[in-house]
Amino acid sequence: MDKNISFNLKVWRQRGPKEKGMFVTYPMKDIPGDTSFLEMLDILNEELVNKGEEPIVFDHDCREGICGMCSLYVNGHPHGPATGATTCQLYMRRFKDGDTITVEPWRSAAFPVIRDLMVDRTAFDKIQQAGGYVSINTGGIPDANAIPIGKDVAEEAMDAAACIGCGACVAACKNGSAMLFVSAKVSQFALLPQGQAEAARRAKSMVAKMDELGFGNCTNTRACEAECPKCISISNIARLNREFVKAKLKD
Amino acid sequence: MWLLNSSVGRKVIMSVSGLALILFILFHMSMNLVAIISPDSYNLICEFLGANWYALVATAGLAALVVVHFVYAFILTLQNKKARGGQSYAYTAKPKGVEWASQNMFVLGVIVLLGMALHLYNFWAKMQLVEVMHMIGAHVNTDLATNGVYYIKETFSCPVYVVLYIVWLVALWFHLTHGFWSALQTLGWNNQVWFNRWRCIGNVITTLIILGFMAVVVYYFALSLCGGACCAAC
Repeated sequence: MDKNISFNLKVWRQRGPKEKGMFVTYPMKDIPGDTSFLEMLDILNEELVNKGEEPIVFDHDCREGICGMCSLYVNGHPHGPATGATTCQLYMRRFKDGDTITVEPWRSAAFPVIRDLMVDRTAFDKIQQAGGYVSINTGGIPDANAIPIGKDVAEEAMDAAACIGCGACVAACKNGSAMLFVSAKVSQFALLPQGQAEAARRAKSMVAKMDELGFGNCTNTRACEAECPKCISISNIARLNREFVKAKLKD
Repeated sequence: MWLLNSSVGRKVIMSVSGLALILFILFHMSMNLVAIISPDSYNLICEFLGANWYALVATAGLAALVVVHFVYAFILTLQNKKARGGQSYAYTAKPKGVEWASQNMFVLGVIVLLGMALHLYNFWAKMQLVEVMHMIGAHVNTDLATNGVYYIKETFSCPVYVVLYIVWLVALWFHLTHGFWSALQTLGWNNQVWFNRWRCIGNVITTLIILGFMAVVVYYFALSLCGGACCAAC
């Protein structure tokens, strides 16, 4: 059993996209260490509702680290201080008794705050719709080894496909750049024969959409890769640059 | 034009101009070392790279590279600030693996630019510029215009200049340790294996360049300190 801890939770409250937000501090008492971060917020919200106050709005869905809905910038890190984990996989045992825990929404011009800790990540859907798919009908599952693909290539494509599109890369980046997300989406196809037919068009249209939506320019600080809950590598960004430059030179 | 109106294109401009400037300072540093080995040969190089047409063309090219690199750094930084949004984080922490230089490239670049202004004032304005002025008919004294060693001695006998030049070179070291691998990453010439190789190659090249430049500064400062005594000894 983990110990119970008491701490102050400093949370960003903002009633709407146009309203001015501010931090509100809530004292939390005797929270067991094996409570997840989101369960802890549920406990607080229940207290708030019982007191007749507005609960804190935050995104969440699967609570097992695969859907990419949870966000939260906890103590200066997207998805909190744990590495390779989403906010829903963060447990209170990581914090100490008497701590002040600061919780902020993702901050980026392309991800406006909807309310409290919830931001609008539609921009990522728009980038996906610009080319993050294979538009030919590939039929049912092919027989194994019908199209031979090297193991390292298959693994690299799988690692890129692990991106859950949560937006932590944008939140972590001092330039508000979405290059890690876009590069993972481009790479998972660019590495495999099924995706290569449309590789040039995909890289061009996804980068164009990313620029149009107001994401920043990548300066290779590597903050995205360090904070990514799925440990997506910046070698994908190099691949995206390569695909993009190659496609443009060919035109 | 994709180079101008896409984020990756603008980064390619930064990357290519930056790499060209690294090549230039590698060349510049090699020539400077001659000033330690043989002051007379160094002055010959100064004469060779004076106000001749090829040297002037190269100077103009270099100036264009610096302007492009700086103007795009400025544009990209402004765009990135805008993309970050109006509200900044109340609590920030530096993630592991993030180089300090990588997040401060613009500030380092400004220091490098200020150092360059000082450097042009100390040397270029007294050498190539004087020759050009002479060519277009101005009344200037060209006696010392190709005597690079004289100006090196004069500049680095002053401790204030020595400190300023060292600060400048340290800022350049930080700028290039990130800039080198970052330029290749932007061109797409990188992967998980080459990432560490490029970083290592970049660190070695950068360190050699900066040590080479510093050697000249320190050597001539030391020479000025024991100037009289040394000469008496030889």
